[in-house]
Amino acid sequence: MYVGAIFFPLLGACLAGFLGRWLGDKGSQWVTVACMALAAACGFGAFLQVALGSAPGVVPIVTFLDVGGFEVEWALRYDTLSVVMVAMVTFISTLIHIYSVGYMSHDATTPRFFAYLSLFTFMMLMLVTADNLVQLFFGWEGVGLASYLLIGYWYEKDSANAAAMKAFIVNRVGDVFFMLGLVLTFWTFQSVEFETIFASVAQAQQVRFLGLPALEVIGVLLFLGACGKSAQLGLHTWLPDAMEGPTPVSALIHAATMVTAGVFLMARMSPVMEYAPTALAIVAIVGASTALFAATIGCVQNDIKRIIAYSTCSQLGYMFFAAGVGVYQAAIFHLFTHAFFKALLFLGAGSVIHAMSDEQDIRRMGGIWRKIPVTYAMIWIGSLALAGMPFFAGYYSKDMVLEVAYAAHSGPGMYAFVLGLLAAFLTAFYSWRLIILTFHGEARADHHTMEHVHESPLVMLVPLFALAAGAVVTGFLFYPLMVGEQQAAFWGASIHTAAHNHVLEHAHHVPAWVPLAPVVVGLAGIALAYVMYMFAPGLPAQLAARFPAVYRFLLNKWYFDELYDAIFVRPARWLARAFWKTGDARIIDGVPNGAADLAVQAARGAVRIQTGRVANYAFAMIIGLVLFVTLLLYGAR
Amino acid sequence: MNAAGFPLLSLVTFLPLAGAFIILMVRGDEATVASNARWTALWTSLITLALSLILWARFDKGTAEFQFVERLAWLPEYGVAYHMGVDGISVLFILLSTLLTPICILASWESVQSRVREYMVAFLVLESMMVGMFAALDFVLFYIFFEAVLIPMFLIIGVWGGARRVYAAFKFFLYTLAGSLLMLLALLAMWFHAGTTDIPTLMQTAFPYQMQIWLFLAFFVSFAVKVPMWPVHTWLPDAHVEAPTAGSVILAGVLLKMGAYGFLRFSVPMLPQASADFAPLIFSLSVVAIVYTSLVALAQEDMKKLIAYSSVAHMGIVTLGIFTFTHQGISGALFTMLSHGVVSGALFLCVGVLYDRVHSREIARYGGVAKIMPAYALIFMLFTMASVALPGTAGFPGELLVIVGAFKVNPWVALGATMGMVLGAAYMLYLYRRVAFGRVTRDDLRSLLDLSPREVAVFAPLILLTLWMGVYPSSFLDFFEASVAAMVTRHEAALGAARLAGM
Repeated sequence: MYVGAIFFPLLGACLAGFLGRWLGDKGSQWVTVACMALAAACGFGAFLQVALGSAPGVVPIVTFLDVGGFEVEWALRYDTLSVVMVAMVTFISTLIHIYSVGYMSHDATTPRFFAYLSLFTFMMLMLVTADNLVQLFFGWEGVGLASYLLIGYWYEKDSANAAAMKAFIVNRVGDVFFMLGLVLTFWTFQSVEFETIFASVAQAQQVRFLGLPALEVIGVLLFLGACGKSAQLGLHTWLPDAMEGPTPVSALIHAATMVTAGVFLMARMSPVMEYAPTALAIVAIVGASTALFAATIGCVQNDIKRIIAYSTCSQLGYMFFAAGVGVYQAAIFHLFTHAFFKALLFLGAGSVIHAMSDEQDIRRMGGIWRKIPVTYAMIWIGSLALAGMPFFAGYYSKDMVLEVAYAAHSGPGMYAFVLGLLAAFLTAFYSWRLIILTFHGEARADHHTMEHVHESPLVMLVPLFALAAGAVVTGFLFYPLMVGEQQAAFWGASIHTAAHNHVLEHAHHVPAWVPLAPVVVGLAGIALAYVMYMFAPGLPAQLAARFPAVYRFLLNKWYFDELYDAIFVRPARWLARAFWKTGDARIIDGVPNGAADLAVQAARGAVRIQTGRVANYAFAMIIGLVLFVTLLLYGAR
Repeated sequence: MNAAGFPLLSLVTFLPLAGAFIILMVRGDEATVASNARWTALWTSLITLALSLILWARFDKGTAEFQFVERLAWLPEYGVAYHMGVDGISVLFILLSTLLTPICILASWESVQSRVREYMVAFLVLESMMVGMFAALDFVLFYIFFEAVLIPMFLIIGVWGGARRVYAAFKFFLYTLAGSLLMLLALLAMWFHAGTTDIPTLMQTAFPYQMQIWLFLAFFVSFAVKVPMWPVHTWLPDAHVEAPTAGSVILAGVLLKMGAYGFLRFSVPMLPQASADFAPLIFSLSVVAIVYTSLVALAQEDMKKLIAYSSVAHMGIVTLGIFTFTHQGISGALFTMLSHGVVSGALFLCVGVLYDRVHSREIARYGGVAKIMPAYALIFMLFTMASVALPGTAGFPGELLVIVGAFKVNPWVALGATMGMVLGAAYMLYLYRRVAFGRVTRDDLRSLLDLSPREVAVFAPLILLTLWMGVYPSSFLDFFEASVAAMVTRHEAALGAARLAGM
C-alpha cells in the first residue's frame, strides 16, 4: 500500500506515455485515471493507518550511493506530515485527472498530457515521502521537469515555450541554494538522512560556518531554495507566466501541490529551523511581504488565471510566515485547505474559459452567471473559502495563521500580522472583482461567443463538486487535529516544536478582536468590490486616471520582469557574445593563429632573401665575416 | 596471474587491430568492400565489447590493487616493460570505449559513403589505442597509446569531416601534440630519477619538491589541453563541428577523458605536493571554464558547437572534483566523466540524426521537430535533461558529489560550480526550444521521418545507461570506491609526510 500510493502514478505515466499510441486517447485517459484512483485509495489507507493510527514507518528500497560516508538511500518515509501530503496530492490529482478528461477532450495529443500529469504526481509523491534531502531534491527537480513540460505543453505557442523555460531556470536559481544547503547539511551533520540530522541538531548548534552558526545558514539556504519553488518575493516571476499551461495543470501544479513544496520543506526541516531563529525571522518577513505584494498586483490584473495565480502567490506567503513564527502546523493546515479551494477556483476558472471559447480576459466577459450557474456557484464557494468567510475552510486556516503571527509577540510576527490583514482585505477585494467582472454586468464578449456559452459536461463538474465539498468542510473537520487540542498527538514526531516555542498555545488565547479582524476586513474588501464594480463601475477607471503611476506600477507587476531583464538576462547575453567573439575568437584563438601567421610571415621574409644572385650572397657573407671578426676581437681583448 | 586466466586486456586491446587487418585484406568492387568492412567492423567491436564485459563481471571491487595484470619484459635494461592492468579508476573507461565503438560504427552505417573501408579501419585502430591507453601500466606504453590515439582521430576529422575539416584537424593535432612534447620531457625526467617507467613503481616513488613542480607543469600543459581546460579549449569546438558524427561521439565520449585520466593516474598520485599547491589555480580555471563556456554556449548558433562548449563546462566540473582531493570529489569527477561520455555522446548522435536528414547543424534551420519526430524529441529531451544534471539521470550523482567535495575545500568554489546548474539549464533548454519546439516553419522539415530501427538500436543502450546511472549509481560507484579511498589516503599521507619533513 505504501509503495502503491507512490508508484501507481508512475505506472500510469509509463503506460500512457509509451503505449499511448496503442491505447488510444480514451484508453490512456482512463488508464491514468485508474492508476491515480488506486494511488488515492492507497494514500487514503496510508493516511488512516499512519496519521490516525499513529504508526509511522520507513520503507527502504535500495542504496542510491555511498561514497566516503556520503550515504543516500532510496526510501519512502511515512509519517503524519508526509501522509497528509500523500493523501491530499493523490486525492486532488485524481480529481484533476478526471476533470482533464473533459477539459482536454479536443486536444490532439491526449496521451502525452496524461502521461505528464501522472509523472508530475509521481515526482510530487517522491518529494513528500523522501527520507533524505537528496531524494527530496530528486522529487523537487522532478516536479520542476513535469511543470516545465506542462507549461510548455502547447509547444507551438512561443509564449508557452518562453514561460516554460523561465519557470525551469528561475527554479534552478532556487535549486542552487537548495543544493548548497544540502551540502552544508551534510558537512554539518555528516549525513543527509532526516533521522540522523534531527537526532543531532543539539550538537550541531555549536558548529559555525564562515563565522555564522551553521544551522542559520542551512535554514536560509533551504528557504531560498523554497522561494524558487514556492514563488516567494524575488523568485516569484515564473508563476504568473506559468498560466500558459492548460488550466488543469495550473490547478494541480501551480496552485494545489507543487508550489507548496517549499512550505512542506520548511515543515519537514522544522527540527533544524527551530534552532535557527534568524532564518525563521527572514522566512516570516519574506512570506508576509509576498502575501501583500502579490495581493496588490492581483487587484489590477485582467487575465482570470493570472489573478488566481497572484492569489496563490499571496497565500503561499501566508503559509511561509506561519512557518516563520514557528507554527508549522498552521502552515500545513493552510496548505491543506488552500489546496482544495484553490484547485476549485482554478478548475472553476477553467470551466469559465471553456464556456467562453478560450477567452481569459475578464474585461471581455460579464453577464454569464445565468448561463453557467453551477460554475458560478463553485467560484462563489471557492472565493468565500479564499476570503476566509466564516465556516468555510479558509476561515479556519487563515484565521489560525494570523492568530499565530499575532501570538508570536515578535517584530517579524507583528509585521506579518499587519501585512497579512492588509492582504486579507485585498484578497477579498480582488476575488469579488473577479466574480463581478466575470459573471455580472452586461455581456462584453462578442455575440458569437455568447451564443456558445454552455455549462461544462458532468465529467468536469463532478470534480468541482468534490473540491467544493473539501473547500467547505476540511477546515472544520481538520481544525482540531491539525492545530487544535489533538495536534500534538496527530503530528507526533513529524513536526518538531522546540521546548521554548509556545506560539501555538498562545494563539488560542489571543484577544477576541484578533480572530474577528480577518472576517471584518474581508467583508470590507467584498463591500468595496461591490461598490467599485457593481454600483459605481466608473470608479476604477477614474482611480486609474487619478493615480497613473501607481496603476502602471501594479499593472506591470512592480516591474520585476523588466528589472531582471536589465540586470540578468541582457548582461548575460552581452557577456555570452563578448566571451565568444572577443574572448574565444580574438584573444584565445588569436594567439596561436597569430603565432602561425608570424611563422608564415617570417618564412616569406626568408624566402625573399634567397634571391639566387651570387653577388647578394657574397655581400651578406662579407658583412657576416666583418661582424664575426669584430666580435672575436672584442672577445679576445 | 590474472582473474580471467588468459591475457584478457591484451586481447581486448589488440582484437580491433586484428579486425582492421581483416578489413584491409578484403578485395572486390567498392560496394562489396564497403559492406564487408561495415559488418566486419561491427562484429569485431561487438566481440570486443563482449570480451570486455568479463571485466565488469570478474573485477574485484574490494581492492585498490591492479587487476588482470599482464607483464612482459620489453626493454629490461631500461626498466621498460609491457605492463597492462586495470584498477577501479581505469576499468570503466575501457568499458566505455568498447561500448561507444560499436555504437559509432552503427551510427556511421549510412552516413559515411566514401572510403568506408578506411573509415572502419580508423575506428578500429582508434578503439585499440584507447583501450590500450587506459590499460597501460607502463609510462612508455601509455605514452605510445596516448599519442597514437591522435592519428586515427586526426584522419577521421581531416578526411571525413565538414567544410573546414583541414583547419580543424590541424588545430586539433597541433594543440594536443604541443602538450604531449612536454609530457615526453617529464617522462624522461622521471625515468632518470627513478630508473623505471613502471607506473605502480612510480606511484611509490617520492619525487623532490622542486622536481614535482616542474613535472607537474609539464603534465599540466599536456593534460589541460586534452581535458580541455580554459583557456586552451578552443580546438574542441572546431574539432567537433567539423568531425563526422561518430568522430564527435568518440571525441567527447572518450578522448576528452584522457586528460582527466592523466591527472588521476599521474599528477595526483605521483606529485602530491605540487598537486596540492596548484589546486587553487585549477579551481579558478575550472570555475572560469564552467561560467565562461556556459555563457559562450548560450550564444551559439551551431548545434554541435553548443554541445562542444557544454562539454568544456562539464569537464570543468571534473577537474574541479579531482583537485578537491576528497573522496566525494574524486568519485564525483570519475562519475561525471563516465556520464558525460554517455550523455554528450548521445547528444552528438542526436545532432547527427538531424544532420543526416537535413544536412545542417544551424539551430535556426530547425523548429517544431517535436511535432514531426515525437520519438526523437523524447530521446533528445532525456539527454538534454541528463546534460543539465536532473536527478534521476546520469548527470546528477557526479555533479552532486563534486559539489559536496568542493564545498568542503572552499564553499565559494562550490558556489561557482553550481552556477553551471543555472547556466546549463539555460543553454540546453534554449537549444531544445529552438530545435524541437515552436511551429514548423520550413516545409522541407515536414517530410522528415522519425527514428529508424537502426537509430533506435544506437540510442537504446545509451538511454538504458543514462537512466541506470541516474537511478542506481551505486553499481558504478562501487567499482572505484576502493581505488579512490586508497588514493585519498595516500595523498593525505604524502602531504603529512612532507609537512613533517618540512618541520
